[in-house]
Amino acid sequence: MNINIKEVEHVAELARLNLSEEEKQLYTRQFNVILEHIDKFNELDLEKVEPTTYVQPLKNVLRADMAVSSEKKLLEEVLKQAPDREGGLFKVPPVLE
Amino acid sequence: MEPYEMSVSQAAHALQEREISSRELASSFVQRIKEVEPKVKGFANILDEAKILTRAELVDKLRLAGENTSLLAGIPMALKDNMCTRGVATTCASRFLENYLPPYDAHVVEKLEEAGTILLGKSNMDEFAMGSSTENSAFHFTRNPWNTDCVPGGSSGGSAALVAAREVAFSLGSDTGGSIRQPASLCGVVGLKPTYGLVSRYGLIAFASSLDQIGPVTRNVQDCALVLDVIAGHDSRDSTSVDRDKEHYSQFIGRDIAGFKVGVPREFFEQGIDPGVKDTVLNAVEKCEELNVDIEDVSMPHSPYALSAYYLVATAEASSNLARYDGIQYGYRDKESESLIELYYKTRSEGFGPEVKRRIMLGTYSLSSGYYDAYYLKALKVRTLIRGDFENAFQNYDFIITPTSPTVAFKIDEKIDDPLTMYLNDVYTTPANLAGVPAVSIPCGFHQGLPVGLQVIGRPFDEGRMLQFCHALEQSLGVKDIMPSFSVEGSV
Repeated sequence: MNINIKEVEHVAELARLNLSEEEKQLYTRQFNVILEHIDKFNELDLEKVEPTTYVQPLKNVLRADMAVSSEKKLLEEVLKQAPDREGGLFKVPPVLE
Repeated sequence: MEPYEMSVSQAAHALQEREISSRELASSFVQRIKEVEPKVKGFANILDEAKILTRAELVDKLRLAGENTSLLAGIPMALKDNMCTRGVATTCASRFLENYLPPYDAHVVEKLEEAGTILLGKSNMDEFAMGSSTENSAFHFTRNPWNTDCVPGGSSGGSAALVAAREVAFSLGSDTGGSIRQPASLCGVVGLKPTYGLVSRYGLIAFASSLDQIGPVTRNVQDCALVLDVIAGHDSRDSTSVDRDKEHYSQFIGRDIAGFKVGVPREFFEQGIDPGVKDTVLNAVEKCEELNVDIEDVSMPHSPYALSAYYLVATAEASSNLARYDGIQYGYRDKESESLIELYYKTRSEGFGPEVKRRIMLGTYSLSSGYYDAYYLKALKVRTLIRGDFENAFQNYDFIITPTSPTVAFKIDEKIDDPLTMYLNDVYTTPANLAGVPAVSIPCGFHQGLPVGLQVIGRPFDEGRMLQFCHALEQSLGVKDIMPSFSVEGSV
């Protein structure tokens, strides 16, 4: 399967990445090389094979539904990591015009 | 012998016998770092000397008071910079997290802290653990201590280089497709990827959640068991952490291995392998026969497809995991953006390096409408076949032996412009991640003056016997605690 520059632009949009013209061309070229290698598994008959998402039998792990309060100091440590904040809130640019 | 030359087990013994204090040991390593780190550059971030020595003094006090009897108390180490350390920068070698100070410790960090180990710094890596050479670090290259023109491998290249260069006694790495084993192989140290679920991933910055595992990087097999004893075990904060009885891996070391059965899969010696690496590994396999171990050829017919399945599964999971880097709660943010959507685009485009973008794109593509069935779903099916190969092999054999990497360490800049060639480094390591089974790389000889690694893959949760086997093989090969020559110049 081949990927073209239009598809690369679409994927970049889905991933919220701005790409320069140069990057678009580079990625298109590189993806085609990588996908050609990946396409080798079309040699296999996979019709009746079940997919594996996790290697272990996963079961839901639940905890008691109880509120746990964090240290105040911890809250401040968390908020300190924010690029922009106002009091105890994360601050972002306007969502609507 | 300088104190920094002692392995974990030697240093632990010396500390227990009070032949040396933690403080003396830590200062020896601090001195060593000053001497060789400018050549190696294995750290992303080194802790303040005063902070290191204060911690060592505290551990000395606790030992004297009989309050810390852990074997690892006072042992200096490094953590890969994708493991969260409260209040200590954790960057993932990315511009995105350059100034990130985690508000909590990873599970493994808590365990090592409790055991009394001394953190010397965070080790350099490929950005977000994506790479096989550590050249994708946003900060600087790390050099291979055996030849500083060469890469240390990756993504845990810093962790492996620091252990090889004797700048730390041991380190932790993380392994999604070979990121512990391949750099261990290229740097001549021991690197273990445990069974998926054995070590908690709580506080490990996620790359591909169904594949990621944390494991030890050490100078020899016994040290590997000692570190695994501390970090393995159930943690309710990682829902994939398996709740099972705790084992003592170091107790397996030194036991007889006669009668073990080993399979050697021919598919791992065919395509693209350097003949010198192949010969070195096969010579080591022959040694097994002297140890009264049964060696037979085995076929793992789907292994040639593992790499493709891996790069689809890993990038798909990465594209989802890295969606969290949006510039809102922590990490980098573009300050000029006037709307939220613009902020997402600009922040992500400026914060991520080229390999990370490439993998997010590839993963987004294989999950996107119209391509899911052709790529992602097929990869999951191939994953089932790979698991099947291992299940079949383990019905007849205790272990599988393969090369760890098709080549020895390669030159800096040699492969960085060609992603597929770089990905092929992981051809022998990715199957174990896809199958979730444990795998360890141990040094088995040299080719062109550079270390060659041998990989031993075992059944799920069979790390004890696996390390027992590797220890016997290590003794018999006599390739143990190998040290690059510049180290000799450095000491007295």
